[in-house]
Amino acid sequence: MISYIIRRLLYAIPILIGVNIITFVLFFVVNSPDNMARMHLGMKHVTPEAVQQWKHEHGYDKPLIYNAQQQGAKKLTDTIFYNKSVKLFAFRFGQSDSGRNIAYDIRQRMWPSLSIALPTFMVGLLLNITLALLLVFFRHTYIDFWGVVTLVVMMSISSLFYIIGGQYLVGKLLHLVPISGYGEGGNVWKFLILPVVIGVVSGIGGGTRWYRTIFLEETGKDYVRTARAKGVSELRVLFRHVLKNAMIPILTGVVVVIPMLFMGSLILESFFGIPGLGSYTIDAINKQDFAIVRAMVFLGSVLYIVGLILTDISYTLVDPRVRLE
Amino acid sequence: MLVRSMRGWFLFRFLMLCILVSAAPLEAAWNNPYPPQESTQNIFYSSFGERPNHLDPARSYSSNEITFTGQIYEPPLQYHYLKRPYELIPLAAESMPQTIYLDAQSQPLGDHPAPESIAYTLYRISIRPGILYQPHPAFARDVFGAPSYLDMGRKRLRGMNKLSDFRETGTRELVASDYVYEIKRLAHPALQSPIFGLMSEYIVGLADYAKTLQTAWDALKKKKGENAFLDLQRYDLEGVRATGRYTYEIKIYGKYPQMKYWLAMPFFAPMPPEADRFYSQPGMKQRNITLDWYPVGTGPYMLTVNNPNRKMVLERNPNFRGEPYPSEGEPGDAEQGLLKMAGKSMPFIDKAVYSLEKEAIPQWTKFLQGYYDVSGINSDSFDQAIQFGAQGDVGLTPNMREKGIKLKTTVQSSIFYLGFNMLDPVVGGNSERAKKLRQAIAIAADYEEYIAIFSNGRGIPAQGPIPPGIFGYREGKQGINPLVYDWIDGKAVRKPLTEALRLMKEAGYENGIDAQTGKPLTLYFDVTATGPDDKAVLDWWRKQFDKLHINLVIRNTTYNRFQEKMLKGTEQLFRWGWNADYPDPENFLFLLYGPNKKVGKGGENAANYENAEFDALFVKMKNMDNGPERQAIIDRMVDIVRRDSPWLWGINPKSFALYHAWYGNAKPNLMANNGLKYKTIDAKLRHDRREQWNQPVLWPLFAALALIIAFLVPGFIGWWRREHGANL
Repeated sequence: MISYIIRRLLYAIPILIGVNIITFVLFFVVNSPDNMARMHLGMKHVTPEAVQQWKHEHGYDKPLIYNAQQQGAKKLTDTIFYNKSVKLFAFRFGQSDSGRNIAYDIRQRMWPSLSIALPTFMVGLLLNITLALLLVFFRHTYIDFWGVVTLVVMMSISSLFYIIGGQYLVGKLLHLVPISGYGEGGNVWKFLILPVVIGVVSGIGGGTRWYRTIFLEETGKDYVRTARAKGVSELRVLFRHVLKNAMIPILTGVVVVIPMLFMGSLILESFFGIPGLGSYTIDAINKQDFAIVRAMVFLGSVLYIVGLILTDISYTLVDPRVRLE
Repeated sequence: MLVRSMRGWFLFRFLMLCILVSAAPLEAAWNNPYPPQESTQNIFYSSFGERPNHLDPARSYSSNEITFTGQIYEPPLQYHYLKRPYELIPLAAESMPQTIYLDAQSQPLGDHPAPESIAYTLYRISIRPGILYQPHPAFARDVFGAPSYLDMGRKRLRGMNKLSDFRETGTRELVASDYVYEIKRLAHPALQSPIFGLMSEYIVGLADYAKTLQTAWDALKKKKGENAFLDLQRYDLEGVRATGRYTYEIKIYGKYPQMKYWLAMPFFAPMPPEADRFYSQPGMKQRNITLDWYPVGTGPYMLTVNNPNRKMVLERNPNFRGEPYPSEGEPGDAEQGLLKMAGKSMPFIDKAVYSLEKEAIPQWTKFLQGYYDVSGINSDSFDQAIQFGAQGDVGLTPNMREKGIKLKTTVQSSIFYLGFNMLDPVVGGNSERAKKLRQAIAIAADYEEYIAIFSNGRGIPAQGPIPPGIFGYREGKQGINPLVYDWIDGKAVRKPLTEALRLMKEAGYENGIDAQTGKPLTLYFDVTATGPDDKAVLDWWRKQFDKLHINLVIRNTTYNRFQEKMLKGTEQLFRWGWNADYPDPENFLFLLYGPNKKVGKGGENAANYENAEFDALFVKMKNMDNGPERQAIIDRMVDIVRRDSPWLWGINPKSFALYHAWYGNAKPNLMANNGLKYKTIDAKLRHDRREQWNQPVLWPLFAALALIIAFLVPGFIGWWRREHGANL
C-alpha cells in the first residue's frame, strides 16, 4: 500500500503543475499586471508611474512565461510564472499582493470554517444515513411516500432560501440565537448552532434520497434475503448488514470531501459573518490578488488529490477484497 | 410495570420543563451577539461590509479605511464637527498653519502678493506640546533605557503572532519630526502612497526624493531581500523639515490653497520612526505584524483588535490628552441638543466594536434588534424604514418611530454622471452639431425618474459639476442648468422633449437619422454591469435614448477591459463618479481640466474634455481664496461646461442614516473622518430596549416537535405491530 500511495503522490506532481499553469493562464487572460496594479492602487490619482512602481515592487514587471531578453535557464526562471509558482510546491505561499502573509491568513481562517463544516458534515452524514435507512425500513408505507415527497421538495429549494428563511425565523422572529456573527471560547456555540442546523437541513433532501437509493439497491440482494430468512430483525438487517455493504458508494462520495471541509462555504459564511476561508478565494478574485488565487487553487488541488487517495485507502478498510497495489 | 411508570415520569418531567421554559419570562436576550458583561458598558456597536485594505496612513485612502484611521491618527488640522460650511480648525496643531509666500529666491513676499510672483508657499506648523502616543511596544524600554523590542531576531519572535503578544508597551511625546517622517514616507517605493503622484507636483523635492529612495531601496532589497529596511531619517527631503521640537515647515511650489485640506487627512499624520523600525524587523511581516495592520497614533482611540474577517475594536487611548467638545455650531444645533456637551472632554465612548456584515439582511435585522447603534438604508429595507408624506417630505415609518429611531439625511459631496468621450467623432468634440446632440440627450435623460425608480428618491439631479455644500454651488433659480431646466413656480422643471427633438433636428439627426449618412444614429454605452439590478437600469437608459430615436447599444464589459477602454479613449458613453477629497470646487472642476485628461495623461478628466477658456479660468480659480471674485469665475466655468455638456450631470446622492435613541450628538459631516470622539451612548437605555425587543419565543419549536411526533407515531405503531405481532 505504501508504494501505491507514493506512486499516487508522484502522479500528483504533473497534475499540480498543470493546475498551476491553467490557473496562471486563466488569471492573466482576464487580468493584466497593469489591471492588478490599478485595482490595488485604488480609484483616485493613479498615475502611470504609480502603476509601473507597483508592478516593479511586486515582481509583475517581468514577462509572464518566457523572458526572451535573458540568457539560458533565466529565460524561463526570470518570469512571473516561475517566481510566483515554484515556491508553492514547498507550500510557501508567500505574501498576498496586498502584503498579508497567506499561510498565516489560511491558518487563522480555517478554524472558523472547520467549526461550521465539520459538525455540519458529521451530523448531516449521520442524519441522512439514518433517515434513509428509516425510509427503507418504512418502504411502501405512507411514511416512505410522504418522506420522499418531502425530500424532493427540500432538495428543490435553494440553499439561499434555507439561510434567509432560517435567519428570519430563528434569529429575527423567535430571537433564539444571534442572526449572524462569530464568538470565541465557550460563547461560540450560539453562533454555530443556526448555520450548522441550516447546513444540515439544506442537505437532507439530496443526501437522504441518495443514500435511500443506495440502500434500496442493497436490500434487493441475496444476503439480505438470507438474513431475513434466518429471522434477523429488520432493524438489524438494515443498520448492520445493509449499511456495511453500502459503505463503498458512501465512502466514494464522503471521504473525498473531508480534506476540503476547511475550505469553508462561501454563502453560509457570508450570510452568518463567519470569518472563515469560504470567501477568501472569491474576495481575492474580485480584488485581483493573484498571490492568493494561485495559493488557494493549489491548496484545493492538493486537498482533492489527498481526498482521492484517502478514498482509495478507505476502500481497503471496509472491503477486504480491495487491495492497493 | 416499574419501567413503564418510570418512562411516564420522565416524559411528564420533560413536558413540564418544556412548558415552564416556554412560558417563563426570560431575563436575558438569547440572540445577543455580544458578551453579556458588555450590555451596560459605554460601547458603540456598528458594522462594516468590506475589510479595510490599508491602515497605514501613507496608503489608506478609502472611506472604509478612514473610519478607523481617522480615529487613531491626528493630522495637524481637522474639520469643525458642527459648523457649516465646512471649516478647518487645529487638531494636533496649536493654531492654523502660518502661510508665507516666497519668490523664486525663497524670499518672503508679504501677505497678498500677485499670484504670478509666488514661486513657493511655505506652511509653518506648530504642534501642541505634551501630546502622547498610544501605548505601543515600539516605545517600550528596558531598565537601561534601550528599546525592548528592537533587533529581536526570529527566535525572540516565536509565539508573537499579534501586537498584544508584546507584553511591554511605552509611549513618548509627539514631536514635529514625526510629521516630517510621515511626509517622507509618501515617497517610499514600497508603500505606493496614492497621493504621491499628486504631492510630488507640489511638495518641493518630493519627486527627486522618491528617485533617491528608489535607488537606495533597490540596492537594499538586493542585499537583504525581504528584511530590507530603508531608514528615511538618513535622507533629507528638501521641502519638508522640522525647525524645532514642535515646529515644522512644508514648502510647496507656487500657490496651492487646497494644501490645507490635505493637512486634515491621515496622509499628513505623524509617524514615529521607532514604529516603522519596529514593524520592519525580520519575521514581523511573516506574522502579519505590520503598520498596515496595527496603526500607532496619538488620537482618542487605538485599534486593539484587528480581525477584519470578524470584528475590529477601537478602545480609548489612555494617553489621549482630552479635547473639549465644540461650544458653537450652526443655527439649530443647540435646539437639537448638539451643544449639550459643550466644553466637556472628549472622547465620550470607551470602546467601538465594528463587526463584519457582508449581507444586508443580518445587518439590518441586528440594527432593528438594537445590536447596532447606527445603520444606513439599503433598497430592500427602504420601504420598511422610510415613508414619503403628501408633500414628498421624507419621514420614518410608524414602526421606526415607535422604536425611537431617528433619521438624518444629507446630500453628499459626490457626483455620479454619464460622460461623453470628447475624443469620439460622433458624441465628442466642440462642433455645434455634437454640442446639440449632447444637450438633447441631457434633456431626454430624465434623472428625476431615475432617482425615483432606482434610488428611492435618495438624490437630487445635479445641475453642474459642483455638488451642494461646496463653495461655488448655487441654490435655486441661479443654480439651475438653463439648457436642461426652466424655472417655473419656484421649481426647476425639465424642458419638454420637444426641445430635445428640436436640438436633434438642428444637429442633423431628425428622427434619429443621421442627415449626412442617412443611417440611424447608434450610440454605444460602455458599462461594467454585474448585478441583476443592472438590467433594469440599462433598459431604462435605452428608453431615454429611444425618446430621441437613438439606438443605444450597451457594451457590457469587465472592469479591466472598461479601464483599458477609458485609458485608450475608445469608449463613447460611460458612467463615472467622484467623491470630494475636500470641500473646494477645485476638487470637482479639475475633473474637466484639459491637462488632466485620461487619455495620454492618465488623469481624472475621464471625458477628455478640453476648453481653452475653461482651462485658463481653472488655473486662475484654483489659487484664489473663496469670495465674490472666485464665485464669478466659477459661475463662468460652470456655464462653459454646461453649454459644452461633456457630461450628463447626473446625480448628487443623498445619504439616509438611522440612529437609535441612545446614540447622541449625531450630525452628518461629510468631511470630518474623526467623528467618533463626539458621539455619546446611553448604555442603560440600550440595554433596556434590547431586553424588551428580543425576548425569545419558544412555543413554535415545541409545536413543530409535536407535529413531527404526531406524523411518526402511527408509523411506529405499525412497525411495532409488524415486528411484535402485538396490540398496543
